[in-house]
Amino acid sequence: MAMSDRFLPLAHAPERATSETAFTKVVLIGIAVLFLVAILFLPLVTVFVEALRKGWGTLFENFGDPDTLSAIRLTLLVAAIAVPFNAVVGLAASWCIAKFEFKGRNLLLTLIDLPFSISPVISGLVYVLLFGAQGWLGPWLSAHDIQIIFAVPGIVLATVLVTFPFVARELIPLMQSQGTSEEEAALMLGASGWHTFFKVTLPNVKWALLYGVLLCNARAMGEFGAVSVVSGHIRGLTNTMPLHIEILYNEYNFVGAFAVASLLTGLALITLLAKTLLEWRFAGELAAKAHRH
Amino acid sequence: MSVPVRVRNLEKNFGRYPALRGVSLNVEAGELVALLGPSGSGKTTLLRAIAGLEQPDAGQVLFGDIDANSLSLRERRIGFVFQQYALFKHMKVFDNIAFGLRARPRASRPSEAAIKAKVLELLHLVQLDGLEARYPAQLSGGQRQRVALARALAIEPRVLLLDEPFGALDARVRKDLRKWLRELHQRTGHTTLFVTHDQDEAFELANRIAILDHGRIEQVGTAAEILDRPATPFIDSFIEGIARRNADQQSREWTKPHVVVSR
Repeated sequence: MAMSDRFLPLAHAPERATSETAFTKVVLIGIAVLFLVAILFLPLVTVFVEALRKGWGTLFENFGDPDTLSAIRLTLLVAAIAVPFNAVVGLAASWCIAKFEFKGRNLLLTLIDLPFSISPVISGLVYVLLFGAQGWLGPWLSAHDIQIIFAVPGIVLATVLVTFPFVARELIPLMQSQGTSEEEAALMLGASGWHTFFKVTLPNVKWALLYGVLLCNARAMGEFGAVSVVSGHIRGLTNTMPLHIEILYNEYNFVGAFAVASLLTGLALITLLAKTLLEWRFAGELAAKAHRH
Repeated sequence: MSVPVRVRNLEKNFGRYPALRGVSLNVEAGELVALLGPSGSGKTTLLRAIAGLEQPDAGQVLFGDIDANSLSLRERRIGFVFQQYALFKHMKVFDNIAFGLRARPRASRPSEAAIKAKVLELLHLVQLDGLEARYPAQLSGGQRQRVALARALAIEPRVLLLDEPFGALDARVRKDLRKWLRELHQRTGHTTLFVTHDQDEAFELANRIAILDHGRIEQVGTAAEILDRPATPFIDSFIEGIARRNADQQSREWTKPHVVVSR
């Protein structure tokens, strides 16, 4: 009797918070899955299906096209310049904003966000207005035989501008939450500023930095709007992969367009995979620390 | 190696808020002094100003005969234990303690073997033998606090400064560590200042106590001096709890035999 008394409350336990009927569950989960398939998965599959419509041979033939190769080279070059640049400058800006109090700090924070909030087309136009033939610096530039707009420098500048916030946005909240006490401790122990930065500040944000760099890279390779304005679409010279895809598509060269698209998608997927691996690795490290107690 | 610390007319404002208004304090070499006061009284600001982490608006800090302003943070050689310890999360206990030695300029940096010997010696001193390969996250609060202390002692500091050293610990650990810290101080003899808002902690641990309120030192003295002759009405009310507990304890000790008998 005493036993059954003790177990009695279980029978009257309040309904669980997740006790929807089977029908509701199926409908809700069904909608979610359908949405994911239609919006995310199908387009992804389509890219590869279209690219392979005429078989692997044609696909590789398309990669061999000189204009395509040049677009691939240009995209990689732009990313190779823009990403390290934004990583270093983004790290420095985050460090300033998160670890120091100074006048104009909020202005700097707003400026960093600016590329996120304005349309990339406008980011491109700004450079045309500055450096274009009719622009403010146009006459001086042409007098010195420097070409920025409709050339690689303009594409790099536009990409740098558009992808600038990714690293800083990833780092600032983390650095702010970490505060400055570890840096103060390092300084009190006699470390120099550089020693403190490289041994204390940087290791504390290394995963966030890598994460930001990956996001920045994905966007740098995929950027269309700003680059489209400054590029001039010169085939084999100033076409990046996204621009090249559009041209091929407009010429009804669907297999060609999707071939390059599949390559760009592949690069994006690799980036995503790297990001997931990082998260997994990071989580593993944290879990291991907690387990070894 | 320990030096006296002299603070003269220190002033510090945060914006329009005065945190220190003309604070003067003499701490003898090897002395253990508590900075006691309610929150917002300026005690942490005073400690940070002595450390060099805050730049005072006016006044002077002297270590022995040396004006602290003429020294860089590295030259000051001050052992500072932060309230939340500020251990380097990504480094093992060993590397945390070795940090100050490895951060020295190459010319005065000890060899790795010497660093290792020093770290192990300090681990032994703070009774954490065998924990050098742990990360701070794998330690209890009391252990972290002792790592922080070992890390501060590694640079052979002129002065040891502790900001609320037991603030983040539970009551029992706090009591043990208090006793342990006093023994450690007796053994190592560093000139030590610690900040606390806990009257018991201050009165039990310190040679002398400086009580702050609103950015001023209201009274400095030994526990007995302050309890016998509180200088201001503020001190009187601030230490009321201590006086009462002391009285309670005396009466409890007196009644102890009865308790034993009645069992």
